[in-house]
Amino acid sequence: MSDFEYANAPESKAIANIAPNYGLFIGGKFVDPKKGKSFSTINPATEELLSKVGYGDKSDIDLAVRSARAAYTKIWSKMPAKERGKYLYRIARIMQERAREFAVVETLDNGKPIRESRDTDIPLAAAHFFYHAGWADKLEYAGFGSKPKPLGVVGQIIPWNFPLLMLAWKIAPALAAGNTVVLKPAETTPLTALLFAEVCQQAGLPDGVVNIVTGDGITGAALVNHPDINKVAFTGSTEVGKAIARSISATKKSATLELGGKAANLVFEDAAIDEAVEGIINGIFFNQGHVCCAGSRLIIQENVADEVLEKLKKRMSLIRVGDPMDKNTDLGAINSKEQLNKIEEISKTGDAEGANRWSPDVKLPTKGFWYPPTIFTGVTQSHRIAREEIFGPVLSVLTFRTPSEAIEKANNTMYGLSAGIWSDKGAKVLWAAKQLKAGVIWSNTFNKFDPASPFGGYKESGWGREGGRHGLAGYLASDAKVNK
Amino acid sequence: MIIDGSEKSLRKFLSDLPPVDQVGAEARAAMLATRSIKTTSKAWAIDMAISMVDLTTLEGADTPGKVKSLCAKAVRPDPSDLTVPSVGAICVYNDMVKIARTELDRIGGKSLPVAAVATAFPSGRASLAVKKIDTQDAIDAGANEIDMVIDRGAFLSGRIYDVFEEIRVIKEICGKKAHLKVILETGELVTYDNVRKASYLAMLAGADFIKTSTGKVAPAATAPVVLVMLEAVRDYFTLTGEKIGVKPAGGIRTTKDAIKQLVLVKETAGEQWLTPELFRIGASALLNDLLMQRMKLRTGHYASANYVTVD
Repeated sequence: MSDFEYANAPESKAIANIAPNYGLFIGGKFVDPKKGKSFSTINPATEELLSKVGYGDKSDIDLAVRSARAAYTKIWSKMPAKERGKYLYRIARIMQERAREFAVVETLDNGKPIRESRDTDIPLAAAHFFYHAGWADKLEYAGFGSKPKPLGVVGQIIPWNFPLLMLAWKIAPALAAGNTVVLKPAETTPLTALLFAEVCQQAGLPDGVVNIVTGDGITGAALVNHPDINKVAFTGSTEVGKAIARSISATKKSATLELGGKAANLVFEDAAIDEAVEGIINGIFFNQGHVCCAGSRLIIQENVADEVLEKLKKRMSLIRVGDPMDKNTDLGAINSKEQLNKIEEISKTGDAEGANRWSPDVKLPTKGFWYPPTIFTGVTQSHRIAREEIFGPVLSVLTFRTPSEAIEKANNTMYGLSAGIWSDKGAKVLWAAKQLKAGVIWSNTFNKFDPASPFGGYKESGWGREGGRHGLAGYLASDAKVNK
Repeated sequence: MIIDGSEKSLRKFLSDLPPVDQVGAEARAAMLATRSIKTTSKAWAIDMAISMVDLTTLEGADTPGKVKSLCAKAVRPDPSDLTVPSVGAICVYNDMVKIARTELDRIGGKSLPVAAVATAFPSGRASLAVKKIDTQDAIDAGANEIDMVIDRGAFLSGRIYDVFEEIRVIKEICGKKAHLKVILETGELVTYDNVRKASYLAMLAGADFIKTSTGKVAPAATAPVVLVMLEAVRDYFTLTGEKIGVKPAGGIRTTKDAIKQLVLVKETAGEQWLTPELFRIGASALLNDLLMQRMKLRTGHYASANYVTVD
């Protein structure tokens, strides 16, 4: 018997120059909020204070929108598209140059493992800027008519699960299409957005093209309701998405809403079982399950269910839970106390409604917010844990007997963001993909993202698409349509 | 018994194995390659890797002198530091077995096994009669382990029962005298599905170890191939309660490569496989890199290549 315990392999924090205080980034400068209020952002893995950031209210939002409008009218809309593209390329390159710094700050502020911020979040965020930089001077050839026009000023609100990546999804296409933006990062994860503000300065981006106003839901509502924005782009909960849709309903504002999900991950009897198990793990435990497109409903063909579950449990026992800054950590901290409470609350209904809970034997740190990797077996369609988005490392396992039953169960949800199909039979995969009502369908893989691929959902999972040519259309005037 | 020994039962068993998804297997292997092994765990891994090396010379130009110097290296890899463990085994061609055995016994390496490559290594293109004689010859010369090659031509043309029978016959000759390692030559089998099938075929036929490659064909012991083989021994253990060893060989030249192999073992087959009884690394140049990294860990700085012996 061996004793091959991985020694601690912490990434150094030295590269992260987190300031003790941040103002709001308006008009190319960091300014103090008008009311002088601020709030704390902490490291969810340790509960230590990271920084105090400005709290933007209605008057700050107004200043930011004015600054974005001025930049739009005077500079950005008049600038040749080729020049806009150059700024985007410059931003992308600086993000790559400062990738390690971004990764460390993201992990400290969010709680996600450094391996994920280093290998997924930051490279993908830079890739989004590179991709959209290429579009900036080619919009006339993208199938949106000969003279596609930007919308103007866009208000953008992003979530805390992929802070920098969601910023990139929002800002890169908006700027490429010629809009200016006011972006509100999530309350618990403002730091990489503020670091991005520094990148804008470093890239010499004209003042006011990007404005970043930190704050909470009230700040976000002020942005949505500001009379001088042309569009709202929001990623977050379905509940808030609905509120946004209501509040802009009598206006000319357009909206892209990327909301919740409860994705089905379908494992057929002919699947490559070992790789399917990896895909299940990646589907639900990637980023602590804080993923709107997480594969949170595992639906396995009954005749292979025992084999899959046995392998899944063994594999779950290998998940390394703990210090997100350790390069070998697989599952990091839950982003906030509030989210931890929500995960605990919904999971308890699983116990109460008769599903069987299982977690590997893991030692959770005493400080910070943690939840062990968890699966519930014996789940039925009528359990809350099969219907509601948990947004945590909790997997509900159901079974099916025939392919049509699999589809029926998969589609029986109010969401429709993503789905996964595991089968070695090409014809079956194509058939299933046609039947599934989900915006993104992965075949024999899960949680793969690419800036060229449109992302978005059916039903309560949202409006519109982000990424690719379809995503670009959402930032151009309404005569620009893309065949869906 | 999970098969009854008939061709029909073998075919049925192999065709019922789940497929391997190439993209997924490669992604898993790539993810495990990002594990960061530092300080105490690195020191542990280096010593474990040294004790797993099958120190190999398989050249037409091999001479008694060359083999003897390799034996000295195998017993005491670092003459200036006797805390360095001996390697796992010496691996040579048949005609060098006696020389290696005698030399090892003479210099205090009685417990070190000698492995002989047999069955018309590396191509395996000879009649079964020749392969049997080849094996018997190696055992008579004192080989403790037989590294046989499978008939890839037979496997690829669908004559899997011939491959099975050949392994079974060679295993019979090995009996209790020698451990049998079966070389799949995965670089010629090409697909991961074939690697999985051949792994099970070899285990069912009586292999004590399954080995990736001869070292004469590239690609050899790639991480995804080793991953698939480790999955096979893990699942075979669940099925039968029998632990079969794995030996990657070919292309593992640096300490980093070796540590990645140990990570694959730990997170696939499990820690029980982290012993020279169940995991070996076929290599020659690797040993000196392990020794240099070991010195670096102890002293804090790199020595020049002249501080390790060239044999």
